[in-house]
Amino acid sequence: MTHLFRRTAYKWAGLALTLLIFAAAFAASLAFGQTQIKPGTVWEALFRYDASVQEHVIITTSRLSRALIAAVIGASLAIAGALLQALTKNQLASPSIFGINSGAIFFIVAAAAFFSVSSLIQYMWIAFAGAAAAALMVYALGSTGRGGMSPMKFVLAGAAISALFVSLTQGVLVTSEQSLQSVLFWLAGSVAGRTVEMLLPILPFMAGGWIAAFLLGHSVNILTSGEEVAKGLGQKTLWVKTAMIAVIVLLAGGSVAVGGSIGFVGLVIPHIARGLVGIDYRWIIPYCALLGGSLLLLADVAARFVIMPQEMPIGVMTALIGTPFFIYIARRRSGRI
Amino acid sequence: MSNDIQHKHFTRSEMVSELLRKKALTVIFTLILLSAILFIAGLSAGSTVLNPLDVVKHLTGAGSGEHNFVIHTLRLPRMLLAMLAGAALGVAGLIMQGVVRNPLGSPDIIGVTGGASFAAVFFLTRLAGSVSIKWLPIAAIVGAAAVSALIYALAWRKGVTPVRLVLVGIGLSACTGALTTMMIVLNDEYSTTRAYLWMTGSVYGAKWSDVYSLLPWVALLVPLSLLFAKSANVLETGDETAAGLGVRIQLHRIGMLTISVALAGAAVAFAGGIGFVGLIAPHIARKLVGRAFGYLVPVSALIGSMMVALADVVARTAFLPLDIPAGVFVSGIGAPFFIYLLYRSRHQ
Repeated sequence: MTHLFRRTAYKWAGLALTLLIFAAAFAASLAFGQTQIKPGTVWEALFRYDASVQEHVIITTSRLSRALIAAVIGASLAIAGALLQALTKNQLASPSIFGINSGAIFFIVAAAAFFSVSSLIQYMWIAFAGAAAAALMVYALGSTGRGGMSPMKFVLAGAAISALFVSLTQGVLVTSEQSLQSVLFWLAGSVAGRTVEMLLPILPFMAGGWIAAFLLGHSVNILTSGEEVAKGLGQKTLWVKTAMIAVIVLLAGGSVAVGGSIGFVGLVIPHIARGLVGIDYRWIIPYCALLGGSLLLLADVAARFVIMPQEMPIGVMTALIGTPFFIYIARRRSGRI
Repeated sequence: MSNDIQHKHFTRSEMVSELLRKKALTVIFTLILLSAILFIAGLSAGSTVLNPLDVVKHLTGAGSGEHNFVIHTLRLPRMLLAMLAGAALGVAGLIMQGVVRNPLGSPDIIGVTGGASFAAVFFLTRLAGSVSIKWLPIAAIVGAAAVSALIYALAWRKGVTPVRLVLVGIGLSACTGALTTMMIVLNDEYSTTRAYLWMTGSVYGAKWSDVYSLLPWVALLVPLSLLFAKSANVLETGDETAAGLGVRIQLHRIGMLTISVALAGAAVAFAGGIGFVGLIAPHIARKLVGRAFGYLVPVSALIGSMMVALADVVARTAFLPLDIPAGVFVSGIGAPFFIYLLYRSRHQ
């Protein structure tokens, strides 16, 4: 595979550049919106806060938490996507395509409707359970049957499982109408209207997931060079795979608990990261984190402008960006599937 | 079919196909009988439970007319609409699975239904005030056709392979799904709930006019699909074999896809997004009568119609006074069953 940064020095420079892009995207997310705020004012709001200035209040009460949440979710989904693509050896894998997002969503909606769960920390555990259920179902469906594990089977199994959970979710929502309105916007995927307090309880889990993903990098490299090779090198492949699934479930489930259904980040970003740094997952993971965060920040900024004065759900935004990408890869790769 | 290829074993293959024919006819007959029982039982069940004998009397015109409203106005059109939609979805799924050569490739999985839903929700939320609701089915069918054409065009690269068709379809269905959600989210409460209920799939409030509008689609397209029986049997063996046997692959594929899309679009238009029927009905049909397309069409239609009808009867009676959309029930039962089927096929 050809990639852009071949020397280690270039990779470090690229990482610095990506960090710069991420910072710019973060700043843009703070500055642009219904009320345009000057960069200087943004700086002041962060470091010389003055509660009497309206723009400062906008930034600290709504924009900052929104940007933080977008960055965390974007990074998590991108890393989850990278691990999923490595695990299933499938270029088209991502948490949304594989039904992991819809699994988490169904569990949350069902819990909200039937057991009146409302605290976010409970949502998070329920989302983990849903993500895990969907991931295991898809993995089992995709790797069994004639011909063993095939990318095509994985995508179809994911689509089937996701169709299952989507219709079950619709069923729950239709029977309890009052909950429909309150969860619809969340369902569509959104990072708006959430406070930093909602993110804090989940953040340790997410950060743990990022670190675990990075530490797994070397094992993932060995695993992707082939099951036989990995076993020959003395790797306990079952353990590595289990750890990868656990990290995927943690990151994808946590993202859904905070932001609802946001697709395609986990599909697009790993491809870009591989295009930049090649197949070394110790590099891919940090690149994915920064690029994923940047993508979701920018998508969120764009979502504020597309249909002004209303806001587009960010999940729709990422789907619009991601679909052409998915189809491009499907057209290019399907010869080999 | 088999006698064309295997001249040497003429008598033996003739015997086999005769056996198959007998088996298929027995299956079809049994299914018709079961459908009839379900039909009567479904018309009897509900918040007012009727005596099945009275229902039969009413249907044959010998009734006293006291249940006229319940049977004729409320239950009969709903039952018929469920059965027609189910038959359409079953056959649509069968054809699609044949075209993409994969048991998971049904219209709802590869995005055709998503296109129909998108168009219908657009209609319900944006146009319903200014345009008559009668045009909703047309909108859904146009949506299904447009998305299918887009899938086919995007999957085209010196011809279309089943793999690309499925993958592009799944990608597009994620996109139409997101857009549909957006239209629902950005709308006022009333049309939101209505559109959402429609999306879930329900034959609630079915009218005779709906039945009469869906009937021609099913009555015309299901027999028409039998014309493709021969090429469907050959296409299933793979592109190379099919081309070698002289089947004009792309042409037949487009023909079969058109029928499948029209059936799925029509069913979705009148009954909403009922999923999994197109996935499961052909599966069961294949278990019952083997792989001959000519038998699979009627059996898939019968099983599909029984699935939706049964789901609707259970959904409207089991949780009285709640009337749960049939689509929820179909996927609630259908999806685990489907997973079981996949699991079974692995051990054979």
